[in-house]
Amino acid sequence: MKYIDEYHREADAQKFIAAIQRVVTRPWAIMEICGGQTHTLIKFGIDRLLPQQVTLVHGPGCPVCVTPLELIDRAIAIARRPEVIFTSFGDMLRVPGSRDDLLSVKARGGDVRMVYSPLDAVKLAQKNPERQVVFFAVGFETTAPGNAMAVWQAKQLGLQNFSILTSHVLVPPAMEAILGSPSNRVQGFLAAGHVCTVMGYWEYEPIATKYRVPIVVTGFEPLDLLQGIYMMLQQLEAGRAQVENQYTRAVKRAGNVPAQKLIAQVFEVTDRKWRGIGEIPRSGYRLREEFAAFDAEKRFDVGSLTAQESPLCIAGQILQGLKKPRDCSAFGTKCTPEHPLGAPMVSSEGACAAYFSYGRA
Amino acid sequence: MADGIAEGQGGKKAGEQLAMGLQCPIPISEYPHITLAHGGGGRLTQMLIEKMFVPSFANPALQTLHDGAILDAPSVHLAFSTDSFVVHPIFFPGGDIGSLAVHGTVNDLAMCGARPLALSSALILEEGLPMQDLWRVIQSMQNAARAVGVPIVTGDTKVVDRGKGDGVFINTAGIGVISPNIRVAPTRAQPGDVVLINGAIAVHGIAIMSVREGLEFETALQSDSAPLHDIVARVLDVAGERVHVLRDPTRGGLASTLNEIAASAKVGIRLNEAQIPLDDAVRGACEILGLDPLYVANEGKFLAIVARESAEQVLAAMRAHPLGKAAAIIGEVVAEHPGKVYLRSRIGGMRVVDMLSGEQLPRIC
Repeated sequence: MKYIDEYHREADAQKFIAAIQRVVTRPWAIMEICGGQTHTLIKFGIDRLLPQQVTLVHGPGCPVCVTPLELIDRAIAIARRPEVIFTSFGDMLRVPGSRDDLLSVKARGGDVRMVYSPLDAVKLAQKNPERQVVFFAVGFETTAPGNAMAVWQAKQLGLQNFSILTSHVLVPPAMEAILGSPSNRVQGFLAAGHVCTVMGYWEYEPIATKYRVPIVVTGFEPLDLLQGIYMMLQQLEAGRAQVENQYTRAVKRAGNVPAQKLIAQVFEVTDRKWRGIGEIPRSGYRLREEFAAFDAEKRFDVGSLTAQESPLCIAGQILQGLKKPRDCSAFGTKCTPEHPLGAPMVSSEGACAAYFSYGRA
Repeated sequence: MADGIAEGQGGKKAGEQLAMGLQCPIPISEYPHITLAHGGGGRLTQMLIEKMFVPSFANPALQTLHDGAILDAPSVHLAFSTDSFVVHPIFFPGGDIGSLAVHGTVNDLAMCGARPLALSSALILEEGLPMQDLWRVIQSMQNAARAVGVPIVTGDTKVVDRGKGDGVFINTAGIGVISPNIRVAPTRAQPGDVVLINGAIAVHGIAIMSVREGLEFETALQSDSAPLHDIVARVLDVAGERVHVLRDPTRGGLASTLNEIAASAKVGIRLNEAQIPLDDAVRGACEILGLDPLYVANEGKFLAIVARESAEQVLAAMRAHPLGKAAAIIGEVVAEHPGKVYLRSRIGGMRVVDMLSGEQLPRIC
């Protein structure tokens, strides 16, 4: 298959692995930001093909994992209302809130629907003028343009029955939070290719300079990751700290400028709480004042709901790369994909779920 | 009364017309939809049975309209299986709930190494179901049963209130005969055996998904639902008792079925990802939706675990059959890691292939 098979060839993978073995002289800890990358690394067994000196630590780039527990409780409170059609991407439906998840709200009669695009939710609102349609707008910069477009369209259409429950988060502030922590062990970042498709990579340049840390924008196929790791190790071994782009077939330095303009029109930067990590200043988006009518938290008055995390879960340390899933006493025992205690076990992109499903227990 | 009815009560000529699916014999003008009374056991129920079901499924065992069918069974091993069908939508690219309900139970029997002898059919209809839809489903069941050469000998019909069903649910059960030299069971997988499949995986699941509400995407994909009794008979002809396990990897896909086999035989299974047949259209859809084809449902596909010395013969027998042109050897049974399935990825890394937890849900990004 074109554009897939080229990045799955075993002979090419072996060449990169040999090249990585030649370049490595010392132990290094590299963080892949994105959960999709964690998934590929484990699914294709790349972590087991690399030399022992290379440690991959798994980053916070899983939108399901970092969405705060209370936001899920708020989603559930809204979805229970009889007038509401609650729409969401598939993998948010199974994330447990304090007591419940959205799938069980659906099982008890709530109108919860999986959609593939926030624009489908806008269409639902047009088709069902007597119902309130809410879209669960979570994610990183990657999903922000789609969500911004949905709100913008709803405003153009004059829809009174569409709103979003939003908790958008941003990558660069999270990287700075990790680098600024006294217990940080990350020496280089594989930046998330999809995020950079939208945002470009110019905003990483000051981070590379300030913290003297190499950053390689990396794609998601096995050969992308192997090449990204190879480029990273070349920088680390040579003592360089630059922003490089492995994912050239999708990412430009400036990113997708029209998408960025649309985001800026609808959203503004705000402080955000990250599940497991806590509040990071200026690390997310909220709707601008002129779009406040589309804010589901205000429309349904659920903003005051708060929630308490399981004391056993060490998601925060895992999301910051301080611990591996198997360092957790609940991993695979009290916490499994059927009964997750924390979000990294729920999402298929979560590090704990990847370790569990692919036998890294 | 419509012409179709008058002819439906007639002899052979009407039967032929019905079998060709030309016209629904229930007077649509009078009953364009299923009503609760169609399941009430009274006149309308009788009308469905006499006008629609009996002429469609016509066979001696059914003709008596007794509470059950009385069958002559040869004194051999019997296989007995049942399956319920709730697929949505009921008509999908490449098939419908009727053909699926016949193929599903025929295939469950085939996976026991059995030749299907007779089927039952129980319908749960939702009030308001268009009579024409029921007619299409019944004709599809009969066409599928006739192609297999298995009669539908007994049945039941219930109607539930509107909103309490989803158009039509079908349960079929079937009885099959197993030849004396056949011993097929999941527990018989043993180290050294070879794992084969008769073609590309995940086609049915993706074809169904492509027409679900809210998820329509354009694809030429058709469900590969098909009866497997014939290709299985060919495999058993060439390898006999050296065929150790037969399974159709329906819900939960290839990964879940192989995990079940590994657990029940207490053996390990190793797959080679590069050898698993996968169509480009299916692979593309899985990439876009973030689904793993190893966990997507199949129809018309089966796994054969056979003694190594018979593997090439079985592969050749599969490939010689229209339902096995893309057959492949995809893995082997090993003594190591009992109960676990490992996969060698396309780039050479190893990982565990686990059972699926819950439903596979598409990812955010």
